[in-house]
Amino acid sequence: MSDDLTDLVRDLERRFADLSLAHVTAWKAEAPGRKALGCMPVFCPREVLWAAGALPVFIRGGGDQLETIRGDAYYQSYICHLPRSTLELCLGGWLDALDGMLFPNTCDVIRNLSGLWSSVAPGRFSRFLDPPQTYDAPAAVGWWRGELSRLYLDVCAMTGTRPSDEALWASISAWEEPRGALAKLSRARAAQPWNLPADEVYLLRRAGDAMPPREFTRLVDCYLACAVARKARREDRIRVVLVGAFCEQPPLGLLRALERAGCYLVDDDLLLGAEDLVEPVDAVGDPLDALARAYLVKGAGSSVRYDEQRARGLELARRARSLHADGVVFAAPSFCDPALLDQPRLTRALDEAGVPYTAFKYSEDTGQFQSFREQAGTFSDSVKLWGRA
Amino acid sequence: MSRKEASMEAQKAMLADYFRRLAAAPGERRPVVYTFVPGNLVELLAAFDVLPVYPEINALQSAMRQRSSGFIREAERAGHSEDVCSYVKCDLGMMMKGNVGPTGEKIPPPDLLLLSFTGCFTFLKWFELLREQYNCEVAMLHVPYQGDGVITQEMRDYVVRQLRNEVIPKLEKVSGRRFDEAKLQEHLSRSARAEEDLVHTFHAARRRPSPIDAYFGGVYYIAPIFTSFRGSEAACGYYSALRQEVDARLAAGEGPVTPEGTLAKERFRLVFEGPPNWTSFRDFWKIFYDEGAVAVASTYTRVGGLYDRGFRHDPSKPLETLADYCLGCYTNLSLPSRVDLIAEDIKTYGADGFVFHSVKSCNSFSAGQLHMLREVEAKTGVPGAFIESDLVDGRYYGHANIKNRVESYLQMLAARREGQEPPRAPEGSP
Ligand code: SF4
Ligand code: SF4
Repeated sequence: MSDDLTDLVRDLERRFADLSLAHVTAWKAEAPGRKALGCMPVFCPREVLWAAGALPVFIRGGGDQLETIRGDAYYQSYICHLPRSTLELCLGGWLDALDGMLFPNTCDVIRNLSGLWSSVAPGRFSRFLDPPQTYDAPAAVGWWRGELSRLYLDVCAMTGTRPSDEALWASISAWEEPRGALAKLSRARAAQPWNLPADEVYLLRRAGDAMPPREFTRLVDCYLACAVARKARREDRIRVVLVGAFCEQPPLGLLRALERAGCYLVDDDLLLGAEDLVEPVDAVGDPLDALARAYLVKGAGSSVRYDEQRARGLELARRARSLHADGVVFAAPSFCDPALLDQPRLTRALDEAGVPYTAFKYSEDTGQFQSFREQAGTFSDSVKLWGRA
Repeated sequence: MSRKEASMEAQKAMLADYFRRLAAAPGERRPVVYTFVPGNLVELLAAFDVLPVYPEINALQSAMRQRSSGFIREAERAGHSEDVCSYVKCDLGMMMKGNVGPTGEKIPPPDLLLLSFTGCFTFLKWFELLREQYNCEVAMLHVPYQGDGVITQEMRDYVVRQLRNEVIPKLEKVSGRRFDEAKLQEHLSRSARAEEDLVHTFHAARRRPSPIDAYFGGVYYIAPIFTSFRGSEAACGYYSALRQEVDARLAAGEGPVTPEGTLAKERFRLVFEGPPNWTSFRDFWKIFYDEGAVAVASTYTRVGGLYDRGFRHDPSKPLETLADYCLGCYTNLSLPSRVDLIAEDIKTYGADGFVFHSVKSCNSFSAGQLHMLREVEAKTGVPGAFIESDLVDGRYYGHANIKNRVESYLQMLAARREGQEPPRAPEGSP
């Protein structure tokens, strides 16, 4: 690994480990009036926040780095882990860099967490967001534009920014850049996963959860240039797509365990929301209307969005094929409705397409990876033996 | 049941007749629409003369007849996770086994899947799964959640637009009829009439002794008729008779009817949060009536609407009133609104305590309930009990454990009433 790359990865690790969001505090300190708003997965209206002068920050729980004590007192054992560690972050002061929180209607757990938040963070700005689940365009665009507009005006009032179409267009254009950079990253990883290991790619993308768009784009470009030049040895591993409709993130150790078990992760749906649109926003007319329309017709599909086209299973099979994947690994957070209710539909589509898969559940604070490693190892061996075309 | 009220017999006959009509629907070329209980549009469906099917009701009815476990096993064998809502698995398992309903009659396939996405994320995934099995029309109605605890004009407009653009055209298509607003208004007027009697019945629980059990009795014979029959003459007749029955009990100073007859002595008045356990419904109820504990209010009977808070279907604004109805269901309320409702119930109905029945596989109700319990305690000064099992998955119902928790909780309430220090904190209260 070149020195540049070593330094870069170390920096990414430091950022990942910094639960107190020191880099967000530093960004705010650079200019007066700057604010930062946290956003629960899986949708964050980044363009709107950024245009209003606020840094959007995805909050994805405390992972395996945080001991959850107080958060556990809020939830029964049969609720996923994410809301507990998020509460722990809040109660422990780890989120003090944030000036508020947004709760998109991802699932009933996050929805209910939005109500609970007023008690744990009284007086702090918080907003529930309900992206449209209908494809009736006039109704959906009208509704969503209204929600975005209300949010925009409220955040502008918070930051003291004058609302304007120009600021919104500038922000829309600014967020196209990291989308393009992430698309390049995905292509490079699918082409040479031995040079772009899953844990590094994850850490890099995770850094984008709390970074201004231009800065993140530069970071991705820099990593890509170093990584493709590293010339790592290509090993005899199977190529897999990792699917789980993630919201609660798997521990980094789990991703490493999968690769060590003989898999190259050529694609995944970790960090949902980071790649929110599949095409650029149409830069015509009213900017909020354009954003609302883009969400409706260009928004990335996921398990938390109504699948009007009945296409998710087929798309997964197609994606696996187009990436020359040998198989699919389903990894879902325990007790996660969106992920687990989707799985039977997706596996049926894979069965029909003849794509092998394996499935397991995890929790963000899972500390033991041996069983995952064994299961992935067995899967890899059986695919090598029987599955490869 | 040793002695049944006329209303109990009547509701049984109405439900049996409903399942018979359902089985006959294909022969009569009557379209069938699958939809959900919270935010159901039964008046609109009736205006098109189509028959509703509620998968949750099939699931709970199957559970009460001890058939849900087999269905759940079937669904899990087909790859459905043990972690997800057992209503879904029961329904899918029933479908896999030929879609024979709880009364033994076949439930016809849907002509339309009307996904009224109101207050529970699982609904959305449930219909995506059903849609794979049926080649039929699908209509999506997204009802925004009351995250800030209020219904805004924007929310109302959004729902009304979807009703006009999406739901009504699909209903016109499958029924072959034009939308007749006057007909919808007739159904809405009848709903409003029955709602008065329904509210009178629930409000009767303010009196001592309460003539009804607003949770077990509530879900067994008071509220369900509303879901399937609201807007019909039959429902008006049912609720008018129920009102008279309840008034007669009030006049006679009688307590509620339990499976073992009229409760002789009301010892505890409780408010309940969460769905009941259906697989052991009678045993579950017995734990309470054996101790003289009566439910004077419950949240689960409000998943189909908050009429006791003043909501009435308003025929003069037919689509707006349907929107308000969907937006206002209990499952669509924010956590703080749910806390306020329970705390107010405790005061209004003079409750001694409250019980949270937390359901393992229901995130919509359960996520945040421990916090809600503490908030209700802080607001009212009344201690609550927390018990856990499941809806229709018998594997998660531990009778002895629940009985033990409830008994020690009631002991504590009794000691509190007598001004004594409670013997010990009830197990299961956090
Ligand atoms: S992990 Fe799943 S159930 Fe938990 S908050 Fe995220 S989407 Fe919801
Ligand atoms: S509210 Fe709960 S029980 Fe009802 S369908 Fe949703 S998850 Fe299942």
